[in-house]
Amino acid sequence: MAEVTLVEAVNMALAKAMADDAEVLVFGEDVGLDGGVFRSTDGLLARFGAARVMDTPLAEGLIAGVAVGLAAQGFKPVAEIQFMGFIYPALDQIVSHASRMRNRTRGRLTCPMVMRAPFGGGIRAPEHHSESTEAMFAHIPGLRVVIPSSPSHAYGLLLASIRDPDPVIFLEPKRIYRAVREEVADDGRALPLDSCFTLREGGDVTLVTWGAMTMETLAAAETLADEGIGAEVIDVATLKPLDMDQILTSVQKTGRCVIVHEAALSGGWGAEIAARLAEEGLLSLLAPVQRVTGYDTVMPLLRLEQWYMPSEGRIVAAARRALEYA
Amino acid sequence: MATAKKKARAKPQGTREATRAAVTVTPATLLDYYRQMLLIRRFEEKAGQMYGMGLIGGFCHLYIGQEAVVTGVQHALEPGDTVVTGYRCHAHMLAAGVDPKRIMAELAGRAAGSSKGKGGSMHMFALDAGFYGGHAIVGAQVPLGTGLGFAHRYRKSDRVSVTYFGDGAANQGQVFEALNMAALWTLPTVYVIENNQYAMGTAVSRASAVAELCRRGESFGIPGRQVDGMDVVAVGAAAAAAVEHCRKGRGPILLEMMTYRYRGHSMSDPAKYRSREEVSKVRQERDPIEQVRERLIEEGQTDDAALKAIDKDVKAVVAEAAEFAQDSPEPDAAELAVGILAGA
Repeated sequence: MAEVTLVEAVNMALAKAMADDAEVLVFGEDVGLDGGVFRSTDGLLARFGAARVMDTPLAEGLIAGVAVGLAAQGFKPVAEIQFMGFIYPALDQIVSHASRMRNRTRGRLTCPMVMRAPFGGGIRAPEHHSESTEAMFAHIPGLRVVIPSSPSHAYGLLLASIRDPDPVIFLEPKRIYRAVREEVADDGRALPLDSCFTLREGGDVTLVTWGAMTMETLAAAETLADEGIGAEVIDVATLKPLDMDQILTSVQKTGRCVIVHEAALSGGWGAEIAARLAEEGLLSLLAPVQRVTGYDTVMPLLRLEQWYMPSEGRIVAAARRALEYA
Repeated sequence: MATAKKKARAKPQGTREATRAAVTVTPATLLDYYRQMLLIRRFEEKAGQMYGMGLIGGFCHLYIGQEAVVTGVQHALEPGDTVVTGYRCHAHMLAAGVDPKRIMAELAGRAAGSSKGKGGSMHMFALDAGFYGGHAIVGAQVPLGTGLGFAHRYRKSDRVSVTYFGDGAANQGQVFEALNMAALWTLPTVYVIENNQYAMGTAVSRASAVAELCRRGESFGIPGRQVDGMDVVAVGAAAAAAVEHCRKGRGPILLEMMTYRYRGHSMSDPAKYRSREEVSKVRQERDPIEQVRERLIEEGQTDDAALKAIDKDVKAVVAEAAEFAQDSPEPDAAELAVGILAGA
């Protein structure tokens, strides 16, 4: 079994999906000849040919719209947007067409497409190259929003996303594209969508997060363990539809919850989870839900990034605050 | 599609010989061009070095090779004219006359930067000099420049809006939307396509059904000219004519500058999509700075010693900028919350 990075796992999953299903097409800006800016499509052109791996003109709205058209003809387009911050010209197609095709046609047309985009900060770049606006997509009915947090999750969740009959926004945490290596079997086994993953068990506080922030959150859990505090770490993975059961079950056990995300605080997906906890788990809560997030500001450039990004220290402090309530 | 491809390529109007015959340019202007282009090149080389040292983060798109375009176009502008461009904007800041120290500090994300270290390499502005920004989203600056042109016309001024974009951006839908409106409302907008042959790693011929981007305005009735963008004299002349066209109220015009970037799309691009030979051929045969140097010496306008003095001076300016950037303090953490909404 090969030890691969997250970005290599993405590449493996794309190759596997293309090998298994001739209807899977990969396209986007520089995904072919150049192998993708982050190398996630490296080698696909040589292996599957220019008819299935296409460099498109530089036009994100077009890429999204063409994916919808292809999906309507039964193809399984996997389109890449180079950075999540470049996806906004494609929003019209994603929101107005991709997400609603099934509903408008009462299921006569579906939209089995995947839009992949690297997202998130920590790479010393500003604004569009670093931001996390996943909540915008999670807000839209008819979309799945999926975010892997490790090589094995990237492989299994991307395969599941490509096989899924509905549109999936697949956001790849680029900060950890090459952070860790993990053994991933190229066996075509998908992971379940619409399910959280419990990365670590603990009985005192529930830490809920996704994407690259799983790294800081797991580190915080380790630090808390040194103090004798058992932190359960839940990786949401599929933001929408949200697997609230797993989060509620954990909070029933711990009574305390800290939600961690890079995205700005207000209207972030943490707000939805907190609201659902209030609606469905209030009587389990022993302390107010804590949120550790980016601030309500524009994603800053390198020198200020360290202040913006949620740190292990901020997560530990939030857990301690939650534990102060007797 | 096949017929379009078979059509003869529009000849750049400014081949070197043609330019020399057709355009008179004073020795002082030639020297200005030389100095400006050299400043851009040395500045960008230093920025590349500093990126390599980790002093500049994120992404850094160098202008090396394309110096003639912004230098020649800027020469045709007057105070009050406005300029807007994409992410490859360090040179546009330099051409606008911004202190190199403040530009380098901005690249390094320092508090003394032109945007207090918050805009970075791709988002720089010099409003006093009419430069309304580098903008990272490819092609999205084209409607902005069109809006600037609309404002000039609305105020009945004779100011002109210059909007730069690349060959990649030329395929974005909003470019066509902007061209249509500019023609419909006769806006004083010069669209300058900096065709450096590659949109990231994708060659023009692999992304555009018709490779002559100067023809992009045809269906809107916008005149277009292809210009040798490596020849600053040709660029200057074409820009002067285009600006004059707009100032006289004749509506938008499009210039396709045939240029070339020597470096990768950004510092993190190894540029494997083209051969080393291709790059060195352009450097040897069409380098914009060498062209002017040769012309100055051939025509006896200056001597090697005078040019060396300029080289030395430019080097010192750039070294000072680099030092200033490294010595500048980092922005205060409180800056995070500043500039989001008025009063905050």
